Amino acid sequence: MKAVTKAYRPISWPTKGSGGDTGSWRAHRPVVDHKLCTKCQFCWVYCPEAVIDRKEITIDYQYCKGCGVCAVECPTGAISMVKEED
Amino acid sequence: MATSIKKLPDNEQVLSGNGACGGCPATMALRMVGKALGPNAIMLLTPACAVASMGMTPRLGYNWPCINITFASAGSSASGISHALEIMKEKGRLQGELPTVFSWVGDGGTYDIGFQALSAAAERNENIIHFCYNNEAYSNTGVQRSGATPRGSFTTTTPTGKSQPKKNMALLMLEHNIPYVATATVAYPGDLYDKVVKAKSMRGTKYIEILAPCYLGWQFDMAETVQLSRMAVRSGAWLLWEAENGRISFNNPTAQIISGKKAPEPVDEYLLKQGRFSHLLKGPDARERIAAIQSDIDREIAFMRERAKIVI
Amino acid sequence: MKAAVQVRMETGAYAAALAAKYARVDVVPGYPITPQTSIMEAVAAMVENGELHARFIPVEGEHSVLAAAVAASAAGARVFTATSANGLLYMHEVLHMASGGRLPVVMCNVNRGIFAPWTLWADHQDSFAQRDTGWIQYHCSSNQEVFNTILQAYRVAEQINIPVMVNFDGFAISHCLMPLTLPAQEDIDRFLPPFEPEWRLDPAHPSSFSNVTMAEDYAPFRQMLSEDILAAIPLVKQAAQEYREITGMWDGDTIDTYRLEDAEVVVFAINSMAAELKLSVDILRDEGIKAGLLRPRLYLPFPAEDIIQALPKNAQVMVLDRNYNFGHPGGILAAELKSVLFGRRNDITVKNRVMGIGGVDLTRRFMANEIKAMIDE
Repeated sequence: MKAVTKAYRPISWPTKGSGGDTGSWRAHRPVVDHKLCTKCQFCWVYCPEAVIDRKEITIDYQYCKGCGVCAVECPTGAISMVKEED
Repeated sequence: MATSIKKLPDNEQVLSGNGACGGCPATMALRMVGKALGPNAIMLLTPACAVASMGMTPRLGYNWPCINITFASAGSSASGISHALEIMKEKGRLQGELPTVFSWVGDGGTYDIGFQALSAAAERNENIIHFCYNNEAYSNTGVQRSGATPRGSFTTTTPTGKSQPKKNMALLMLEHNIPYVATATVAYPGDLYDKVVKAKSMRGTKYIEILAPCYLGWQFDMAETVQLSRMAVRSGAWLLWEAENGRISFNNPTAQIISGKKAPEPVDEYLLKQGRFSHLLKGPDARERIAAIQSDIDREIAFMRERAKIVI
Repeated sequence: MKAAVQVRMETGAYAAALAAKYARVDVVPGYPITPQTSIMEAVAAMVENGELHARFIPVEGEHSVLAAAVAASAAGARVFTATSANGLLYMHEVLHMASGGRLPVVMCNVNRGIFAPWTLWADHQDSFAQRDTGWIQYHCSSNQEVFNTILQAYRVAEQINIPVMVNFDGFAISHCLMPLTLPAQEDIDRFLPPFEPEWRLDPAHPSSFSNVTMAEDYAPFRQMLSEDILAAIPLVKQAAQEYREITGMWDGDTIDTYRLEDAEVVVFAINSMAAELKLSVDILRDEGIKAGLLRPRLYLPFPAEDIIQALPKNAQVMVLDRNYNFGHPGGILAAELKSVLFGRRNDITVKNRVMGIGGVDLTRRFMANEIKAMIDE
């Protein structure tokens, strides 16, 4: 391809945060109790937002929208939803 | 057996912090699709939730080249891209493995306005994968009735409940004699992943429809998105099947329902979870209304059981 | 170089298909509609017999024709297609996507009147109804010009990333045999280099141009499209000049003129009727009327400066419109012309008649008589 000499179209490029810092949408925050966690990765696979690290089972709160699917799907009850302070 | 969760690949084609609602089932499904397709793919979208989810210029929430096309056009535009890539390779302008061309389209863009172009693309057996993420309404515009909306469901254009059943779109696609048709839903990610891997490996038109319970349209708690998906399958309201070269086989737990090993769970509990059916449950004829929905489900199970026996 | 030039008798439709072949197009989506059908038949046959190395996609309707075309163009292919009348109207939504997406598709529109009631024959309501879609529009008056213009259209479209519609009349051009000079392929290859888009759908560089865009981003790109369409005028002239240098053929650039320099009565019209009008001008000249012809070859962008400079002083301009400007008296060309003359050429008088609607035959004698009647009005 030729080098872009003129942007004829409004090009969008892949990036995290295309919807902004979506963590600010959250009303409740998922908190992982690592003592109960068996690292089954159910939370990782069902997370719509891809914010859960599948190895460490840690959550990227900058983008986690707080839907709570991970807490419902966790088979050991290791994830609880804690109300965000204002 | 479906691929286990721990064996799913690491790559993420859906990027965190996109514009989708929290708990969005379409985005959940797209993550699995991305793991199966990998980065060497071109994505087409028509006006739908996924377009709202993908982020606003100049930010893109999907890690693929994407093109939003006119609403009616997923089938024809995907055909155009597929032919363009192949002829450019023949002429030496592209090298290496050609990208997978796939459409990521809602039920409106599949069942309704996009049906003509999709049917024609399937009849030409174009080398594309058409995904329909089916949330059973026009959710992006605020939940209006579509051809995928089930009987009885409230939408803003069926305020007293839809009076007709949905159509069996996946079966209609099968009758186009295309090499691969499958249904899936978000509660069964390994099943979905395997189906996309299979579709990617085949040449011709592949159709995969994914039930995507939308908490906004269906009116339930967003944390229960996967639960609703699971209940839809266990009640038989959504059947998991695939057809390779016209031969239908059922996937668990639907296979157990079809074979009679396991009775489908009564639809009541599935309906009760959803606000879109709550008006049905009021009044003296509530039983009859639920029975009508149950009979739609029973009919579909019986029909698909018999249809699967036809192997020519 | 003038080697390997051939002269053959061909229809306008076949001339269009041959031009696509000479342009080495990659993808041609198509759908039949009278009188365009024979272009798609010719392309399909050329692809089948290997004469044209391209993909012909027989889609299920014109909306899908252009949807496949724009997507193939976004993937990096050179794309050709053709349509007529209701097919063009059915494409309307996607016409906007092609121009807004800056996808340099070239499409022939074989002019035909619009339903209702049904007509099969030529007028210009179909292409003029697409005025505000952001496409460049040529209108051609001979089979040779159709061939030449398609090649020039690719040059312009790909230089400026704006789609181009090449219009010509149904039957009078599309189905009539005329002599067609075919240049050497290597000369055309020199004139029209391979398509190398500055952006395409490419997994190695994932991106999108079609996300939802907020007003502060949207508005500048629409403004750029508006300005770039106007900026096509010098490119259209340059393409015509260079095509002449390479092939020796000339159909005019933004405008074509005939016996115009000393004309007191200027006939203003487009397409096949303008070819016939050259003979009407001769008739009028023989009768002592100083007549001339000004034919806009380019309808969009409207070649305002070239028209303003070409019109002789104090001329009476007789605009013969093969279309209606509903809600206004007369036709659309007259309104366009008046809008560019206003305040610039107050010496010019503009008169207007609508004729030839739905293929009503326009003979040289009939049009000469009409022009004489207009002089006396």
